[in-house]
Amino acid sequence: MTYSTTTSANSRPVARLEAHRIVLIAIGIALAATAAALMRWDWLPNYYALAIEGLWRTVLILIVTCAIGFALAVPLGMAQVTGPIWLSLPAKAFCTVIRGTPLLLQLWLLYYGLGALFPHYPWIRESNLWPLFRQAWPYAILALSLSCAGYEGEVMRGAFAGVPLGQLEAARAFGMSRWKVFRRVWLPQAIHKALPTLAGETVLQLKSMPLVATITVVDLYAVALRVRQDTYVIYEPLLLLAVAYMTLTGVLVWIFNHLEARIPVRVG
Amino acid sequence: MTESLLLPLAQTGVFELLAPTPPGWGGNLLRGFINSMGIGMGAFALGLLIGTGGAYGKLYGGAVLRDLLKVYTTLIRAVPELVLVLLIFFAVPDVINRTLDTLGYRPIDVSGLVAGIAALGLVQGAYATEVLRGAILAVPQGQIEAGRAFGMTPTMLMRRITLPAMLPFAIPGLANLWLVATKNTALLAVVGFNELTLETRQAAGATKAYFTFFMAAGVLYLLLTLISNIFIGRVEHWARRGLPPIAESR
Repeated sequence: MTYSTTTSANSRPVARLEAHRIVLIAIGIALAATAAALMRWDWLPNYYALAIEGLWRTVLILIVTCAIGFALAVPLGMAQVTGPIWLSLPAKAFCTVIRGTPLLLQLWLLYYGLGALFPHYPWIRESNLWPLFRQAWPYAILALSLSCAGYEGEVMRGAFAGVPLGQLEAARAFGMSRWKVFRRVWLPQAIHKALPTLAGETVLQLKSMPLVATITVVDLYAVALRVRQDTYVIYEPLLLLAVAYMTLTGVLVWIFNHLEARIPVRVG
Repeated sequence: MTESLLLPLAQTGVFELLAPTPPGWGGNLLRGFINSMGIGMGAFALGLLIGTGGAYGKLYGGAVLRDLLKVYTTLIRAVPELVLVLLIFFAVPDVINRTLDTLGYRPIDVSGLVAGIAALGLVQGAYATEVLRGAILAVPQGQIEAGRAFGMTPTMLMRRITLPAMLPFAIPGLANLWLVATKNTALLAVVGFNELTLETRQAAGATKAYFTFFMAAGVLYLLLTLISNIFIGRVEHWARRGLPPIAESR
């Protein structure tokens, strides 16, 4: 008799849903239901299509800027670890400047600054790229990519420096060319080390996405602002926006967990 | 050729534009910078306060408190700061005035400074909770147990053992948070608070010298970061006194 009671007391906590959690979840559902019932959601059908478009644009900008940013971050990190001084110094300065100033300021500097500067040069206005420069999204992509490159460049510097020297020497001893050492040994190990940090940086990048709305790019956040402007409904679109971003963050974290799980880890 | 390239840059003298007295806009920029600093410091302090409470709650609190804190940190860290700032910046004065109204008091005017500190402080608090929780866990737990065995009260234990011992582990994360706090103040420009970035945009809009002013503001932010880094190095050196130096990685 006593034996069975001790086992039930010591058994692994199978039930994740303890009593207080059920109560908390019930309160959460009740809050959501109250919000759904008492707040104004009549604007939703009118802006549904626009919101989906904004969501798609947010995701697209995230993917593009992260790809460009990472492509720039690898040489930035590499230059700081092994580059000659005329490469490592500018790379370090770039990372410091990007990480030391607010993204909003960088965005506005590029959009307003370059945007005000370009029309002064006739050859830019006459070029085929002029219609591109007149729009806002190239500046958003440029600013976000550079910001991503600055932060991830610092991460990659640490990751490249963290790969044991013996690994690289061994690869050289096998007769691999410098490029092959980089491609087969150095870069994969660095990415492996940096992956959790890169996941964090990507979530931060996702969360800085609404800033592009301040330079008239219509992303998800801009749609929420538009609803507020048109209908004077303030909190509801913002709450929905918060939920949308939480979902996006969850998806992003899930993807990175998946990637990390693919890399075999040996626990000693 | 070079002259025509540089011409737009040198529309008006840079020094005239940045002069501290009214024809120049330097005074406005400096005022914005001071506002930014005030908000940043206030938000960081509030964040530290929330973070300490949150870390203790997460480690030693009851099951309900722990779950609530987990919801707080997860929610805040998953939603963009700009959205949170927008929500809190307008919601906090609203809630305060409605509460005062139901209690029968006159509504008060909540200043942008207070609302801004509240908004950014709540965001900082979530991150600080995680930083401090990790730092407390990094303290050899025997030290805390020994303190308790000596009969120290919880506050004395915190003051004499936990906080000083966790500081070396917490400082890198907290330093990062301070830098994030100073840069996040720029977000208040979007809600119309007169901090450095908004003052800069106004000055730039009035004079059309966008490049000059945004560069100047960038230099101010960068200087703040670089000077902070020097202080952080000193504080870290002080907090790590008596500990072995960090091994240099190559």
